[in-house]
Amino acid sequence: MKQNLYNYILGIADNSLILGQRLGELCGHGPTLETDIACTNISLDLFGQVRSYFQYAAKIAGDNRTEDDIAMLRKEREYKNVLLVEQPNTNFAYTMARQFLFDVYHLAFLTELQKSTDLTLSAIANKCIKEVSYHERFSSDWIKRLGDGTDESNAKMQEAINDLWTYTDELFHQTEADKAMVAEGIGIDVTKLKEHYYKQVNDLLEEANLQVPESKWFQKGGKEGIHTEHLGYLLSDLQYMQRTYPNMEW
Amino acid sequence: MKTTEQNIDDILIPILEQVSDPEIPVLSIMDMGVVRSAVFENNIVKVQITPTYSGCPAMDVIGDDIKAALKTAGYNSEIELILAPAWTTDWITPRGRKALEDYGIAAPLDAEADKDVLLNGKRIVKCPQCGSTNTRLVSQFGSTACKAQFQCDDCQEPFDYFKCLK
Repeated sequence: MKQNLYNYILGIADNSLILGQRLGELCGHGPTLETDIACTNISLDLFGQVRSYFQYAAKIAGDNRTEDDIAMLRKEREYKNVLLVEQPNTNFAYTMARQFLFDVYHLAFLTELQKSTDLTLSAIANKCIKEVSYHERFSSDWIKRLGDGTDESNAKMQEAINDLWTYTDELFHQTEADKAMVAEGIGIDVTKLKEHYYKQVNDLLEEANLQVPESKWFQKGGKEGIHTEHLGYLLSDLQYMQRTYPNMEW
Repeated sequence: MKTTEQNIDDILIPILEQVSDPEIPVLSIMDMGVVRSAVFENNIVKVQITPTYSGCPAMDVIGDDIKAALKTAGYNSEIELILAPAWTTDWITPRGRKALEDYGIAAPLDAEADKDVLLNGKRIVKCPQCGSTNTRLVSQFGSTACKAQFQCDDCQEPFDYFKCLK
């Protein structure tokens, strides 16, 4: 089995899986009906994308593993998502700030992944990018509406951006699996996305009447499986059915 | 329209046209453009379908419905889900667009106009109920992933707009 490729796919897919699960928590709990539906629609897109990635990963694994096994039956340390996407919903400002900080990266990442020499990955990227461009429009719009809204909405959005900022640098951190895949022309050199990312994010924050955080202290670890305490709780929710009733099906 | 990429055996077309999109029952999967190929291979019909959106929950049902329809017509089939080339709203046929409008869903505009509507609040989407373009975006995401929510400010009816995907 191509271990590096397998790990690489999981690294990409886990971001969508965990963010999709977070957004799914808002089903029936969104601040308004429209935002509730929007968040769950984005969640559905992300889960759909995850299925494409995991089906491919299961095929590469070549044993009896299924997409569901990969999604549901790993331990916390085996999930390779970035710390940003596992952060809790807290309030709508946090939910949208997290979404925005990820969407800008996600769109840039998929744009590059379309050029991958791996035809399945490039096809998935080509499919996903259309959906993610809608996500990015939606979250950017809310950054502007809340940032440039009332004093209270501005303060809440600023707080969310300040708190989540520390997780942004990890997006551009390269793991060993990443480096190996870049060398083979399959993977994306994420370090090259960094400059453009911060420019785009900073410009939008400015437009939204928000301050770009000055802190240079960044957290990382998710890509190596070292997570914040939030992931464990999320996984216990996500995995509950398969752990309680192994192999159950709809 | 890129329908030339389709490869569907003529005998199978009328059968596949009977299968409808489970979320938009007036629309056949053929008019939706999700069937990319359907050909005989060793007495089995091999059908390739492509999802509109990655997370579209209708795909499994569509696959089962195709199998059932072909079985009724006396053919065994195998369904394969393909991702490339990625589906685009350009593949909805003119008949499909008409069916959407009749059903109360505004058909997708071209990519530029779609951007104007969803980002700049331009009033150009035609209300499928009264035909007015005095309509506004309520939410970028509607009852399914492929639609946005609109309201007509003339007849006041809310309606879905099928988002451009390109």
